[in-house]
Amino acid sequence: MAKHHVHTTINGDPIELLCDTGETLLDVLRNQLNMTGTKEGCSTGDCGACSVTVDGRLVCSCLMLGVEANGKKIGTIEGLASGDALHPLQQKFLEHAALQCGVCTPGVLVASKALLEKNPDPTETEVRYWLAGNLCRCTGYDKIVRAVMDAAKEMRSA
Amino acid sequence: MRYEAPETIEKACQLLAAEAGHARVLAGGTDLLVQIKTDVLDPSVVIDIKKIAATRTITSDAAGFKIGAAVTGAELKEHDALKAAWPGLVEAANLIGSTQVQGRATLGGNLCNGSPAADSVPALIAAGAKAQIVGPEGRRELAVEDVMIGVRKLALTKGEIIVSFTVPARPKHGGDAYLRFIPRTEMDIAVVGCGVALELDASGTCTAARLSLGAVAERPLLVAEAGRALVGTKVDAAAIEAAAAAASAACRPIDDKRGTKVFRIQVAGVLARRTIQLALDRANGKTGATH
Amino acid sequence: MQDKVKSPMSSEFSVIGTRPVRPDGVDKVTGRARFGADLNMSGQLVGAVLRSPHVHARIVKIDTSAARALDGVKAVVTQKDFVSQSNATTNFGEGTLNLMHTVTNVLAGDKVLYHGHAVAAVAATSSAVAKQALKLIKVEYEVLPHVIDVDEAMAPGAPLLFPDMITEGVKPAPTTPSNIAKRIDIVLGDVEKGFNEADVIIERSFKTAPVHQGYIEPHACIATVSEDGQAELFVSTQGHWIVRMLCAKLLGWDINKIKVTAAEIGGGFGGKTVVYLEPLALLLSQKSRRPVKMVMSREDVIRATGPTSGSSMTIKMGATKDGRIVAGEALLKFQAGALPGSPVGPGCMCAFAPYDLANVKVIGYDVVSNRPKVAAYRAPGAPISEYAVESVVDELANKLGIDPIEFRLKNVAKQGTKAAYGPKFGPVGMAEALEAAKASAHWRTPLGKNQGRGIAAGFWFNIGGETTVSLVLNEDGTLGLTAGTPDIGGLRASLCMMASEELKVPLEKIRVQIGDTNQLGYNFLTGGSRSTFSSGMATVEAARDIKKEAVKRAAKLWELPEEAVEWDAASGAVRPAGPNAGKHKPMTLVDIAKIAGKTGGPIVGYSRLNAHGAAPSFACHIADVEIDPETGKASIVRYTAIQDAGRAIHPSYVEGQYQGGVAQGIGWALNEEYIYGTDGKLQNAGFLDYRIPVASDLPMLDTIIIEVPNPVHPYGVRGVGETCIVPPLAAISNAVSMATGVRFAELPMSPPRILAALDKARAEKTAKM
Repeated sequence: MAKHHVHTTINGDPIELLCDTGETLLDVLRNQLNMTGTKEGCSTGDCGACSVTVDGRLVCSCLMLGVEANGKKIGTIEGLASGDALHPLQQKFLEHAALQCGVCTPGVLVASKALLEKNPDPTETEVRYWLAGNLCRCTGYDKIVRAVMDAAKEMRSA
Repeated sequence: MRYEAPETIEKACQLLAAEAGHARVLAGGTDLLVQIKTDVLDPSVVIDIKKIAATRTITSDAAGFKIGAAVTGAELKEHDALKAAWPGLVEAANLIGSTQVQGRATLGGNLCNGSPAADSVPALIAAGAKAQIVGPEGRRELAVEDVMIGVRKLALTKGEIIVSFTVPARPKHGGDAYLRFIPRTEMDIAVVGCGVALELDASGTCTAARLSLGAVAERPLLVAEAGRALVGTKVDAAAIEAAAAAASAACRPIDDKRGTKVFRIQVAGVLARRTIQLALDRANGKTGATH
Repeated sequence: MQDKVKSPMSSEFSVIGTRPVRPDGVDKVTGRARFGADLNMSGQLVGAVLRSPHVHARIVKIDTSAARALDGVKAVVTQKDFVSQSNATTNFGEGTLNLMHTVTNVLAGDKVLYHGHAVAAVAATSSAVAKQALKLIKVEYEVLPHVIDVDEAMAPGAPLLFPDMITEGVKPAPTTPSNIAKRIDIVLGDVEKGFNEADVIIERSFKTAPVHQGYIEPHACIATVSEDGQAELFVSTQGHWIVRMLCAKLLGWDINKIKVTAAEIGGGFGGKTVVYLEPLALLLSQKSRRPVKMVMSREDVIRATGPTSGSSMTIKMGATKDGRIVAGEALLKFQAGALPGSPVGPGCMCAFAPYDLANVKVIGYDVVSNRPKVAAYRAPGAPISEYAVESVVDELANKLGIDPIEFRLKNVAKQGTKAAYGPKFGPVGMAEALEAAKASAHWRTPLGKNQGRGIAAGFWFNIGGETTVSLVLNEDGTLGLTAGTPDIGGLRASLCMMASEELKVPLEKIRVQIGDTNQLGYNFLTGGSRSTFSSGMATVEAARDIKKEAVKRAAKLWELPEEAVEWDAASGAVRPAGPNAGKHKPMTLVDIAKIAGKTGGPIVGYSRLNAHGAAPSFACHIADVEIDPETGKASIVRYTAIQDAGRAIHPSYVEGQYQGGVAQGIGWALNEEYIYGTDGKLQNAGFLDYRIPVASDLPMLDTIIIEVPNPVHPYGVRGVGETCIVPPLAAISNAVSMATGVRFAELPMSPPRILAALDKARAEKTAKM
């Protein structure tokens, strides 16, 4: 069975790859491209650790075939910081201690960035519902929600 | 497993009809990929219908809306006119899974996955939605409540695909709502789901009402008795109680890991009452968002 | 951001009590941090595990020949490939571990004991080939009757998991086998006498469901074994020395053959203190001579690792009218899973620990049934038994008409209290936590409709244990700190802060790492809330070692006796001890580093110790819940966790521990459970139906840090990570009971259960009218 020839853009870089039908975008990122910042927590779309954006839309990369990335623009955690500067969300997560073990953090950050692009001034409730698909077992979400709200505030005043 | 992404619906139907092995249609993939991963399904080919323009667009005219079967929940939410006309339907689609899942999950997929607990289906049924079906024998239309005939069983024949759904324009004094019960606030499968659409005349008397329940039988139910209990009334407390009682009476649920039979029957009545009230408020021009 | 806001209680420090950015933070917000599944090696194979489709069955025969013959399959292993363990045990912290049980859980022997029990493992060139190979392994089973429930497992005539299991701890020993592995008895005073003095006695039975640790990162490792038998293992674990020791014992290899590196760990909560995949990966690599990577699926994590025990308990307590508890009695039956080893021991010890009681009697049973073998979960055993006791304490207070905080204060454990399990407490913060609860705004805020408020106390021992730390003074005066307890939630930040405080070296001049098993002496695992306490103690010792050496080197340079040179704590420099010692310019560590070579060579601080004196942490939580009376759904509307930290080194991460423990406790109280069908198979092995709290389920979680310093630790540290999961179960149950007027005694309090109780109460009320 022939592999699929996929042309895609990841964090702004053109990428060309071959994948099997059964490989998910998550498999492609982690196993083929060695982009292991995107995490696998369940592979059933229930934990959000594998969150990425596809043409700006937040999705679980475990619920999308690699071949479907053809012609799309993918955004991952590796593309959040630019140059020497961390994204305000990354900075606020550090300042608020919004991570403990850190394994859910890449997915939470990618999801939060997608939220703030759509809604620069979310309420606490909006943050909580938007992030309901990003499971965190360490923090109880308190500091995560505070960090996202604080980053939103800083980005609005920037 | 092969992957096909035809650009016309005819080609997709052809591929589906011609496949000797097990063919599956891929829309959002949020159920299909999980079933493949966990060995529930092992298709020989997946046919991605998202390259077919008709599945990916929302159009509207005086008669109503035509919603592509592969339009995602997130896209429905961004369609202001649809959201204003059928907020219950849009909200139902945006209760499916997480924000991430809503970025992929589609109305067509939610229905064709064949789960009695699918959130968008009672809302579609309440709205009086019709599925536009294309197959080797041509086109046909089927009321959404007639598409699913049992758990994982559809009234589609080999080679048939749902291309889109039509919903009517919002009646002048009309309102719809969908509420579900889950143990958490998000991320669960509905234990009970309830969709309601109703229409009032200028005096506030109910002229039409449809109530649909999810997760209380082998397929989503259109509870005609509940609608009848409302029509001709001012949708007062007594009428709502009668409709809620009809909703509970229509349930034939099972005990499972998500809820007991007794609980589902009881909560179906509670949800029916709350959903009717929300739909009524909307019909009366009161807006109310749910979470 | 280097926010220097000080904890008001810690003003004598310049670094401790501040909230700097953690040293491993940037790696974790950029995706660089390497977790268990993030390392790849050239030529690596994929390892996969065949699991039992049966709940309880004899393995008649395993035929792996077809799998071995498949192209791309490089190795297949079964339990026969491990060293036979009979009933060998090994040291494990303060206790021992049964190696026969360990190996049996890694791969089944003559029987499978639960649905999902591992039976065989393969290594192949791709996951597709590995999956196919698993299908080709033919296992002939003889299905046996199973038992799931703990009370049913204890009943006469229950299917036996082990036909030779004779209950330990009973004298004389029983003559017939049972599923009861062990009985534990704790007695203090005379409960009969106590109950005779009581004006009010409450006796109630409770049930709790098993719950999983629920770490987001599944178990993962990669192993490589060379032709000369030298092995490397990269693994997500709470204790890489433990992994090394267990693998060596199971494989019959010398310990020096195995080097284990701890990956960044994506949560553990006790669940990553034992081995599952690690010995398999090593063995498969040894047989294939290729690196082997193994990653568990979420389904396998839930059905075959962890969880903690479910239980069936009866509590009886008596009190006098003036609010003095005169007797406490507990019967605790804990599910061990398929192999002995439930945390019923600590459950018994913790049950009444928040109180100063004269008469206590506790009986505990460790019971096997056809479920996954339990693993440690945050304060193992304590949330279960303290939930039951704190529910009865609440009921006693209600019945006596005494405020629940006052009632607890009247009976509170304090310095000098003799705990039922043995020791006398030193300075402890239980009373302080209750007083803080009483003074909190939360406690005084009125409740809304359908709301209830509950409080509960909590206790956990905390532990110390074997620890090694090294601290290297680099050539430029910067420092390299290596510790051996994996950092799950900010340990490296805390250790750097303690080293910085001690040496007056800025935080950014200290680089910290978790060393591999070849870089340090033995370290017990991260668990028992020990890592900030023990590795912190060792870090301070290592820093003091550096100071001593700095004094020695300056003395040598200045040609003075060592007594004539001293470390000046304020400036972080060595200087002459007095005017008689001559006029020498004080030397900082930067200066000392420059002269290290000519004064004796490299300077390394080192500490190896068995940390004693871990002090318990007590807590009091306040929970507000709101009930939907029509659906039985309970929502947490407000929550405050108050706990003694001893000293909060980095307050943000202490608060984070409290909040995380609370969130897990809320899940335990309301929705988390293992759901079995009558066929004995687990029905909810995934995050969809194993319902851990999501962001929208919770409010902000308020915290109050109490600081009653632990006199044994140089900075007063107690462990904080575990106590915080103890009070939520009872606090929430007490709140639900208040909101509904119905006393709840079973977890989880899921909507169908609450609705059924409400309906029953409503029916009873109607019947009375």
